[in-house]
Amino acid sequence: MYDKGKIITGLVIFLAIFTYPLWSNMGKAAPVPKPELPPKSVATQCIADTQYMRTSHMTLLNTWRDDVVRMADRVYVSASGKSYNMSLTNTCLECHSDKVKFCDQCHNYLAVAPFCWDCHLVPKPKEKK
Amino acid sequence: MDTKPEFKPGNFLYAGKASALETVGLPNPRDWSPTDDDWQLPADWKGIVHEGMAERLQRFRSFKLFMDVCVRCGACADKCHFFIGSGDPKNMPVLRAELIRSIYRGEFKTAGKILGKLAGGRKLTEDVIKEWFYYFFQCTECRRCSVFCPYGIDTAEITIIAREILNLIGCNIDWIASPVANCFMTGNHLGLKPHTFKENVEYLLDDIEEYVGVRIEPTFNRKGAEILFVTPSGDVFAEPGIFTFMGYLMLFDHIGLDYTWSTYASEGGNFGFFTSHEMMKRLNAKMYAEAKRLGVKWILGGECGHMWRVVHQYMNTLNGPADFLEQPISPLTGTRFENAAATKMVHITEFTADLIKNNKLKLDPSQNDHIIPTFHDSCNTSRGMGLLEEPRYVLNNVCNNFVDMAPQVIRENTFCCGSGSGLNAGEYLEMRLRGGLPRANAVKRVHEDHGVNMLSCVCAIDRAVFPALMDYWVPEVGVCGVSELVANALVMEGQGEREYNLRGEENPSYKPPAEDEASAEAGEEGEE
Amino acid sequence: MIGFLFSLVAVLVLVGIALVGVGGLGLKVLFGVIIPYAAVLTFFAGLVYRVVDWARSPVPFRIPTTCGQEKSLAWIKPNKIDNPCSTGAVVLRMVLEVLTFRSLFRNMKLDYREGPKIRYSSEKFLWLFAIMFHWAFLVVIIRHMRFFTEPIALWLQTLEHLDGFMEVNLASFGVGLPTIQLSGLVLLGGVTLLLLRRIVIPTVRYISLAADWFPLFLITGICLTGILARYVVRVDVVKVKEMAMGLATFHPVVPDGISVWFYIHFFLVCVLFAYFPFSKLMHLAGVFLSPTRNLVNNSRAVRHVNPWSYPVKTHDYHEYEDDFREQMVEAGLPVEKTLEEAEAEKTAKETPAAPETQETEEKREE
Repeated sequence: MYDKGKIITGLVIFLAIFTYPLWSNMGKAAPVPKPELPPKSVATQCIADTQYMRTSHMTLLNTWRDDVVRMADRVYVSASGKSYNMSLTNTCLECHSDKVKFCDQCHNYLAVAPFCWDCHLVPKPKEKK
Repeated sequence: MDTKPEFKPGNFLYAGKASALETVGLPNPRDWSPTDDDWQLPADWKGIVHEGMAERLQRFRSFKLFMDVCVRCGACADKCHFFIGSGDPKNMPVLRAELIRSIYRGEFKTAGKILGKLAGGRKLTEDVIKEWFYYFFQCTECRRCSVFCPYGIDTAEITIIAREILNLIGCNIDWIASPVANCFMTGNHLGLKPHTFKENVEYLLDDIEEYVGVRIEPTFNRKGAEILFVTPSGDVFAEPGIFTFMGYLMLFDHIGLDYTWSTYASEGGNFGFFTSHEMMKRLNAKMYAEAKRLGVKWILGGECGHMWRVVHQYMNTLNGPADFLEQPISPLTGTRFENAAATKMVHITEFTADLIKNNKLKLDPSQNDHIIPTFHDSCNTSRGMGLLEEPRYVLNNVCNNFVDMAPQVIRENTFCCGSGSGLNAGEYLEMRLRGGLPRANAVKRVHEDHGVNMLSCVCAIDRAVFPALMDYWVPEVGVCGVSELVANALVMEGQGEREYNLRGEENPSYKPPAEDEASAEAGEEGEE
Repeated sequence: MIGFLFSLVAVLVLVGIALVGVGGLGLKVLFGVIIPYAAVLTFFAGLVYRVVDWARSPVPFRIPTTCGQEKSLAWIKPNKIDNPCSTGAVVLRMVLEVLTFRSLFRNMKLDYREGPKIRYSSEKFLWLFAIMFHWAFLVVIIRHMRFFTEPIALWLQTLEHLDGFMEVNLASFGVGLPTIQLSGLVLLGGVTLLLLRRIVIPTVRYISLAADWFPLFLITGICLTGILARYVVRVDVVKVKEMAMGLATFHPVVPDGISVWFYIHFFLVCVLFAYFPFSKLMHLAGVFLSPTRNLVNNSRAVRHVNPWSYPVKTHDYHEYEDDFREQMVEAGLPVEKTLEEAEAEKTAKETPAAPETQETEEKREE
């Protein structure tokens, strides 16, 4: 007794499941997200360099939150020596005013659900001047 | 892996005799002993073993899979009675399998061939054969490890195949080879010739007449009987099995069953199963052949462990289809045994349980009141069949004091008697007592806690080996078959006073009839 | 012990290879494209080959290990799962075995008390560690599909968010990312406990081979580098996904700016994939094929056929009667041929051909 049919069925099911990433993307382009940066008229430079902000903005924001809420410390001095008000709404979102076009670009790309908006209001995109 | 086994009296079994091997045409017959330096293996033994393994890897998915998928999690390690009783690490089921798995890797797998020991492989040498002989005849094929293995790896299956390979080069044991040869020629392991078999039964009939007061006249090799009854020959030969045999005789007489014994198919057990799949088939063929010749409707089988593994899981595949038989129907209750529809063979305990359920037996369980029995689930009927409730139902109806052992050691968790699969030889007593330790230990517990004084079972090997095991570990406990307890409780038509049990001992539970013959008995009672 | 050290060193060497290969020699295409494709191909082809190889050997006998009451008399309740009486029951037995490790759940431990007194107690640690390990591994693998699919299916997002419901602030320990993915930690915990178990329990240590240590160290390495890449080094996941999507859509790209830690993690995963089909890890597929688990216990009700069955030599009744006829007749046992008939036949056979026919003819005439 070989049970060929059952074994082949099993293998097909196995392959179908395990090749999910191969067939689920079939025929679809996978554009790399392009978070929209604030216009040069608003700002030319972030509080830290781009590579750091790409990988570690969540660390920074987390630290800010703790410093502000727990230590009442509101001043952040950047590497370039410039002082910033530690505030998501008033500092970050001042420039990156469109959540959909900026934050969500990468977050959605990687299924990240930051808990910023558990407390903060989602900003309304400003009218472009 | 490197420690070699030491063959010492008590821990190995005598080699198969040349004459026995010749009778059935097994390879390399010679006179030798495991203690010899030179085992006189055939010149091309390595090639034979290699080819034998290759062939079996192609024939048995079980073997191939079990060689490949073990993750050595160790769940099986302390499940083996031989490991518990001996402490020998190679008795852990995982290492028993590694004995052959290492050769599989070393001889069949690229990684093992190149990396050797690092990949868990090793080369086939004579020492490996000696080690196999030692450890594969130190496994009783009880399947307890298989219950706990996450992949169901069954060491019994590995042992069966390893023994089959060992047989290819003539490495086998006398206690298996001789019964096989006997069974082939005379129809039973003990080599009882037809007239001797009949005589033995007649002695038992005399005993029944003496102790029960009923003369029973069974038939032998009778054509046209409705049922052929087959049971292990050990039960017609030695105590306490003979009392179980007497139990069958009485039960069938009690219900007036139209059945016959066969001197040709006079063996239920199958030591061929411990030799090779082929030998199992050769010996098993007698049952269907005889059923066909006698023209019976179906076959009823007696109490036996490995016999039922073979009957239940192998017989119909080996020697079926049994289309010359009819689906078993109990002639007394009309019950159709649906679970035996194809193999057409019913277990005596299933049959008896059905009789009791339908009130077909006249029983006086108080006859067993002095007995506090527990029940030993045989490995094969538990883990290779699932006969668990029937014997308990029967016991509860023929005794008033049945006590079960702890759940960890009964039913599918049951422990082997320590002597199964053809290891019940006298020269092997030390290992048998070690292997039987877990079972004896559990019996001791119920003996101490509940006063259990009888270990009942549905297996002929159990009946043959438990007396020694009990004598050593729990001397106050006796051994009996379930059918003996049934017979004790049977109220036979026209029976005399049951002052004696089937063993010819005075029955402490016997109560002399009081009312009618009160005056007549009064004097006797006074004397007592 | 050799196996233990060899495996540990082997995994460290693998880490070194990736470190030097990407960090030192900059072989990003090799480690980011060629090796991954080769590994995945090996995994699928190897796994299918192994299963087909097993399947080529038949199951000649129906040998389920029964762990409960069989289906027999109508009034006796069968244990349908542990002694399956139908295909449906077998499916249930297998599903529970594969998903909940029922056999391991049975595990018990024995200990000797006062000499030969043995007691058995429940032992669930192996089961617990195994469940932790396997389920966490499954969740981790599924979660990683966020790197290989775009857009990410809702169910995947949900899993990701459920798994990451816990927020832990370990900034002072250099762990920047506040959202903890539980499965990764449970996996690391599981693999560590399984490793410790193998080291601590003497019997298990004794039976362990290099083939047991190596996957444990390899998976530990994968866990550690993964956790490191996520929480501490914080590799640029957008770029990682860009690369992953390139692989999944067969348009491989190797973006700059991905930390070497990612490559180490990725390389170890590739090694695991490639190693898988040739190792004990094949128990993934093997568990489904085990004849002691996946068969219905109905061999007395339905005939199972052995495809390689062959005729064997038996000692049939006539040979038997020839051996013992005299004693049988004497003992009053019925025989097929009387002594005279047998004798006549015997002489017929022994006498030369010509008179034989004559004799039989004569006999027929009679």
